Amino acid sequence: MKKIAKDRLPELLQKMAEAGKVYAPVNKGGKTNFSVWQPGDAADLTTLRSAVPAKSVLFPQSETYLRFAQQGKKLSIETVGGEADEYVLFGVRACDAKSFALLDKVFLSEPVDQFYASRRELGTVVAVACREPEDACFCRAFDIAADAPAGADVCVWDTGDDLFWLVQTEKGERLTARLAGLLEDAGAADDAALPALQAQIRAQLDELPLAALVAEKKHQALKQLFDDEQWLACSESCLGCGTCTYVCPTCHCYDIQDYDTGTGTERSRCWDSCMFSDFTQMAHGNPRKTQKERFRQRFMHKLVYYPNNYNEIACVGCGRCLEACPVNMNIVKVMKKIGGEAR
Amino acid sequence: MSCSCSTHKRDPLVPQVAVIDAMRVDTPDVTTFRVKKPAGGQAFSFMPGQCAMLSVPPVGEAIFSITSSPTEKEYMEFSIKRCGAVTDHLHALEAGTEIGIRGPYGNAFPVETALKGQDLLFIAGGIGLAPLRSVINYVLANRDQYGKVDIVYGARSASDLVHRQDLFETWPAAPATQVHLTIDRAEENWAGHVGFVPQFVKELGFSLDKTVLVCGPPIMIKFVLQGLEEIGFRRDQVYTTLELKMKCGVGKCGRCNIGDKYVCKDGPVFRCDELEALPDEY
Repeated sequence: MKKIAKDRLPELLQKMAEAGKVYAPVNKGGKTNFSVWQPGDAADLTTLRSAVPAKSVLFPQSETYLRFAQQGKKLSIETVGGEADEYVLFGVRACDAKSFALLDKVFLSEPVDQFYASRRELGTVVAVACREPEDACFCRAFDIAADAPAGADVCVWDTGDDLFWLVQTEKGERLTARLAGLLEDAGAADDAALPALQAQIRAQLDELPLAALVAEKKHQALKQLFDDEQWLACSESCLGCGTCTYVCPTCHCYDIQDYDTGTGTERSRCWDSCMFSDFTQMAHGNPRKTQKERFRQRFMHKLVYYPNNYNEIACVGCGRCLEACPVNMNIVKVMKKIGGEAR
Repeated sequence: MSCSCSTHKRDPLVPQVAVIDAMRVDTPDVTTFRVKKPAGGQAFSFMPGQCAMLSVPPVGEAIFSITSSPTEKEYMEFSIKRCGAVTDHLHALEAGTEIGIRGPYGNAFPVETALKGQDLLFIAGGIGLAPLRSVINYVLANRDQYGKVDIVYGARSASDLVHRQDLFETWPAAPATQVHLTIDRAEENWAGHVGFVPQFVKELGFSLDKTVLVCGPPIMIKFVLQGLEEIGFRRDQVYTTLELKMKCGVGKCGRCNIGDKYVCKDGPVFRCDELEALPDEY
């Protein structure tokens, strides 16, 4: 294990930034989000969850990926999407790191989404363990270890004075080698302190309000769950604002739109929401006519459809939707209601 | 934003350039577009029932079933009804215009497996003939490998019948092939059947050993299925092809699902007993 004094974090980020872009959680205008770190930016390792999930780095909220040029009847097409250079994504939490694995199943299955794949391939992910999990957190229901994030290239623990730095992959090894002058070898006392710190985090997780939540695949048949009469009651308060989908680290739906630049056309894709009525609107009608159907779609996707296709529930328990929903409806309530009252 | 085109593989969302070789006005709101690569030939190989995404910048993209048979190597055809932004724009184009095309998307009718050697009953309504025409022409191009062919087709009026040359000349002249036409309401100069497709199918009373392929407006598909069951067809003898709102075509953008199936990649062709396991949300 390596370590660095916490107050030297800016130096560490500076060193990383010399080799390419570094995305880090930075508080701007009162909200912490992942953005390209600039000298002078203070990386925010205190805020547990960024307002917008870290998936925004791999799957940008909006991405122009094509340019069309038309001359008379002639058309030419240029691809401009994706990432071409190596970068570091620093400060990802265990829940967001797990969301990458869930997004991989969608975007990296055939035919591979090359724009996502390029970002996945060229990014080195540094995860940070959660020193102080919050009331809305329920990652443990999905066997996600907030004290030992999985799926990252490097894991970092904030001890208060130091950042412990533990390499997880070859990519992490390469990043660590570049930072050799800054990271120092951890001592025996540090090696002993880490399990203690992790145990302390787990003890906090035990005390969370949602600690007892069990997230398991529903046993009922798809159509039976689809026809559950609780959908109406659950969805009645839904405003259809789509906020839950925009803060969700596992939502992957997107729209594709053309933009007339005046001299050509840019085609971009952007996050979309199944909570919106025009999501499925066709010339001949809409198969999801009311908010009940749209609400049901969102949660059936997370809890039934995605698990049927990929063997895992499409939720990481980050708690963002619990905090963001203006009418206080959320996936935890749905999990408890649909398919019979649960624990 | 940096360009990744040289360092990465082609993304499935990236179209290739194709040219509209010819446009044939079929009905007041349906035109058939003949599309080929600028150097000639199909933009990609496909099987009957598969779809393609057509791009007309700066308006956008929409998905269409390929109405020509894959055996027609020189071009691909799309019969497109004018009903939205992209289709309006397509209809306003002139032959010779280049557009974007990507695909093929979805599965196909099982022309090389389950349909082989079978008597086939095609049932279509309106623009629903478009995907079935690809199968019909494939079957007729490989005539000895299939049994008898019956084609039941209906439209709102005589002027709404698409692919008239196929309906009135080519198909009736093909070996062991019968075409049964109907229109919704009686009109002058129409000596054929009048009435809706589901009822017409029941009246025609086909033998129950046929394999059925259905496509049309969702409401027609539902009533045809009901009618077929009433006269004794099993659901596993019937195939249909569905359409829902699509953007990506590759099962990722998330909008064309029926339950846990994506119409763009798991469909658009479904055997009707498979549909029974899915929610009625299409």
